[in-house]
Amino acid sequence: MTGAGRDDDLVRPYVVTGGRARSRISFDVVTLVVTVAGAPAAGHDAHASPEERRMLALCRGGALSVAEISAYLHLPTSVTKVVLGDLTEAGLVATRAPAPVVTGPSVELLQEVLDGLRALV
Amino acid sequence: MGSAPWSERPQAAYLGATVERSVKILIAGHFAVGKTTLVGALSEIPPLRTEEVMTQAGAGVDDLAGVSDKATTTVAMDFGRLTLNPHLVLYLFGAPGQKRFQPLWRDLAYGALGALVLADTRRLQESFPVMDMVEEHGLPYVVAVNQFDDAPAVDLPVLRRALDLLEETPLVVCDARHRASAGQALITLVQYLLTRAVKEPV
Ligand SMILES: Nc1nc2c(ncn2[C@@H]2O[C@H](COP(=O)(O)OP(=O)(O)OP(=O)(O)O)[C@@H](O)[C@H]2O)c(=O)[nH]1
Ligand SMILES: [Mg+2]
Repeated sequence: MTGAGRDDDLVRPYVVTGGRARSRISFDVVTLVVTVAGAPAAGHDAHASPEERRMLALCRGGALSVAEISAYLHLPTSVTKVVLGDLTEAGLVATRAPAPVVTGPSVELLQEVLDGLRALV
Repeated sequence: MGSAPWSERPQAAYLGATVERSVKILIAGHFAVGKTTLVGALSEIPPLRTEEVMTQAGAGVDDLAGVSDKATTTVAMDFGRLTLNPHLVLYLFGAPGQKRFQPLWRDLAYGALGALVLADTRRLQESFPVMDMVEEHGLPYVVAVNQFDDAPAVDLPVLRRALDLLEETPLVVCDARHRASAGQALITLVQYLLTRAVKEPV
């Protein structure tokens, strides 16, 4: 990153993620994230970045998707994924949703979605 | 991005404690076709917005570190959610269909059940790039004509030919502002996905 005088917002994703573009753990926008019960309150850890602290504080209230965490914290989802990757490796957050189904959703899952929609709308 | 102070953060609407699985459906369409309106009509929470960074050259933000001299642009994406039962939540993402949003689609489309393509009879030709995008990402879809008040009445068989739809692709009319109507369009999509899955078990 060389360009001096660049717009702050443009360099932000680079700075926030320490220059890493991807998390080693893969998250989808709808992966559900929860804090790990009994994990140390790393929000007070001097080594935690401001983004890590804000994310932990938000996630402590209950389960949210990666997209919701991004929206509440005003971060691009790509940045959220990298920070969540670090928090996951540190044992502070865990994911609830299984990996997305690459081969296509099952009949059972689609039937469950359909039943849910019919009951709601 | 990052400009709103922390104190302005809306109160987070957390998921129920028993929800452990999530699925997503894309609400795809061209500019001002009613994507956000439809998401808002169905969502159990006020629609949320993420701001994604894209390089203008068309690469995703993942590549930002390596291409720091490229200009970047920020695009907003709206989404909402619907808890379908105590264990399962559905997310609806408003997906802008213009070609320049291609990089965002890779992440959005991955693992999505399918797409509801919104169309406006006054600007039908603008739906072709959207359907192309959905097809390129391998998503099965249904077309829902969002009936605007000042638009001509819809003749479905004529419309089907104009849009050059496959015979199997459902085409419905909806009012994106009304929950029951928007919900019916979504139900048509999931019924179609189910029919396909039954025919070709994975
Ligand atoms: N009359 C009528 N107006 C509608 C309907 N759906 C949406 N609108 C209006 O059309 C405008 C555009 O709707 P949006 O939901 O913002 O469309 P969008 O696809 O999210 O637009 P962009 O995100 O800007 O691409 C808004 O002013 C809506 O109130 C409809 O079914 N009937
Ligand atoms: Mg919109």
